[in-house]
Amino acid sequence: MSNNSELLRFTTAGSVDDGKSTLIGRLLYDSKSIFQDQLEAVESATLRRGEEGVNLALLTDGLKSEREQGITIDVAYRYFSTPKRKFIIADTPGHIQYTRNMVTGASTANVALVLVDARNGIVEQTRRHAIIASLLQIPHLVFCINKMDLVDFDQVRYEEIKEELEGFAAKLNIKDVAFIPMSALNGDNVVERSLAMQWYGGSTLLYYLENVHIGSDYNLIDARFPVQHVIRPNTDEYHDYRGYAGRIAGGIFRKGDEVTLLPSGFKSKIAKIDTIDGELEEAFPPQSITILLENDLDLSRGDMIVRENNQPRVTQDLELMVCWFDAEKSLKAGGKYAIRHTTQEARCVIKEIRYKLDINSLHRNQEDLEINANDIARIFVRTTKPLFVDGYAKNRITGSVIIIDEGTNNTVGAGMVR
Amino acid sequence: MNQYHLDHLRELESESIFILREVAAQFENPVLMFSGGKDSILMVHLAQKAFFPAKIPFPLLHIDTGHNFPETIRFRDELVERTGARLIVGHVDDAIASGLVTEEKGFNASRNGLQTAVLLDSLEKGKFDAALGGARRDEEKARAKERFFSHRDEFGQWDPKNQRPELWNLFNGKKNMGEHFRVFPISNWTELDVWQYLAVENVPLPSLYFAHEREVFERDGTLLAVTPIIQRRENEVPKKMMVRCRTIGDMTCTGVWASKAQTTEDIISEVATTRMTERGGRTDDKRSETSMEDRKKTGYF
Repeated sequence: MSNNSELLRFTTAGSVDDGKSTLIGRLLYDSKSIFQDQLEAVESATLRRGEEGVNLALLTDGLKSEREQGITIDVAYRYFSTPKRKFIIADTPGHIQYTRNMVTGASTANVALVLVDARNGIVEQTRRHAIIASLLQIPHLVFCINKMDLVDFDQVRYEEIKEELEGFAAKLNIKDVAFIPMSALNGDNVVERSLAMQWYGGSTLLYYLENVHIGSDYNLIDARFPVQHVIRPNTDEYHDYRGYAGRIAGGIFRKGDEVTLLPSGFKSKIAKIDTIDGELEEAFPPQSITILLENDLDLSRGDMIVRENNQPRVTQDLELMVCWFDAEKSLKAGGKYAIRHTTQEARCVIKEIRYKLDINSLHRNQEDLEINANDIARIFVRTTKPLFVDGYAKNRITGSVIIIDEGTNNTVGAGMVR
Repeated sequence: MNQYHLDHLRELESESIFILREVAAQFENPVLMFSGGKDSILMVHLAQKAFFPAKIPFPLLHIDTGHNFPETIRFRDELVERTGARLIVGHVDDAIASGLVTEEKGFNASRNGLQTAVLLDSLEKGKFDAALGGARRDEEKARAKERFFSHRDEFGQWDPKNQRPELWNLFNGKKNMGEHFRVFPISNWTELDVWQYLAVENVPLPSLYFAHEREVFERDGTLLAVTPIIQRRENEVPKKMMVRCRTIGDMTCTGVWASKAQTTEDIISEVATTRMTERGGRTDDKRSETSMEDRKKTGYF
């Protein structure tokens, strides 16, 4: 692999029988990313369980309880690379009770793979995965129409499913949707082109993953720099050094730019963009840099550097689509929590629960407003201090929050700003 | 690829720097666990980048089993000198002397397990609320489930079934008194990424990683260095070979590999074509199918 390949993060969701583990196993195996000792360990574990062959799911299911129950409970991260790209797979369980894990895996993904069993076509789980991908604004969605070997590699069947999926995907908010007929078990159209499906003129899955354009997945328009940490060396050499360290959340920052500071509204100019390897003329997401300003101003963690004519909303009232995680306590209007947004932390109160979203049908339920673990709901919150937010559709970084229970310190919800 | 796109090494670097700064901002008293291996050397390098031009704002903690390769200790001291970092050492020897832990006996005796008690003791004594580690998710199946910010209860235990969800780049480091976090900034790096990056950045490394002649013997398919601290069976005959370490740990459980790799570039091509995982030489992982998960639950790094 060359040193200058791109990084692509993708997520898969699925349950026991839809071939997800086989697909991942196939990608890892055919790209030569499974090691001999791993394979031997899986083979002997398979034998010990009295099963036959190689159970590739044992590669991804790492925890004792997962191996015992034969299910994926948590998000597992897997890595492989080809000469073109390095890939990070967030492998998540697909059952409705693990929506929180799917949401977690989807939050950082460039691409979502949704598996469809060619025998069954669209089922509830297909819809759910696609809806989650759409809610989390994953830019690219691939429907992997799998187990084509079990329908005799029939083009008519494939077209039928594809048409149905297109109709359904049109209702979702996804920029780029692709369809690939495959058999993960036999390797058809995963890494190698299928000889059995000569009628298919599109790319294999790996070719797609290696070539899909992800250069515009970050927002390069709206300049946003949340201050993460203030660097003050207090040494003789750097006596008056005051650097604002952080990771660019959006837009391009250049030396000499006129900037506005939030929440103060003060104006300044970028004197220097600093790194240990020298000054930069410009910087862009997701670079971690240090900005020095021309004048000494009061700026600290949680504040934001933006441009005067392009500012985020400064507000204490947020409308959120929230995924609830807490299995012990349901989300209640009037409830108070801690909330984190970029590098800010505040407290918030739940003002109103507007509706619960049925993630199998997109139906908005306004009657049953009891929000339990794995439910998704539209809510309104008020925060103790102003946050600097963008809509999630505009910027996934400045448009997302997590909600924390102040009693248990657990992360109990994830919210996307409308 | 447009001009505003990072290659994979720079993106990983940027992610790790973000996590390191987040630790400095969210915790009062962090510490960086330093083993002398390439991953912790990478961590120190990234920490220098994260806080430049200031010094690394937390000390390094080395748990010395007393069974380290002498090269490791020499390299550690040079690195501390070069970076101006503060070093704290927790000695397993002291813990054995004071009765905190008991030495294992026999052919497969190892102080690996004893490290956990000494680590937890050192964290408690230093009142550290976040311990940064260089563990990676590609190393081992239990580590594949690990969070960036990993919560530990007041006994230092990990509860893998009850981990906090981590979304976007929002990290929740909230905890109660007496609890702490393990934080893993290089979670998303693979062995190959680490080597490619160390090569690009010209980071100095201990000589153990490069091929050298050493007296070794074979046990259960693994090559171990001949040293007075490992008891050999009669049929375990020493021989001289060109070898290198792929991981650096305690001499009793770190296997060495036959290799001719003299430079970082040689290592990269070796790693890119190898069919064995790097922990394949670690006898401590082979004690059972879930030995890493079991050790992690009780507080192992």
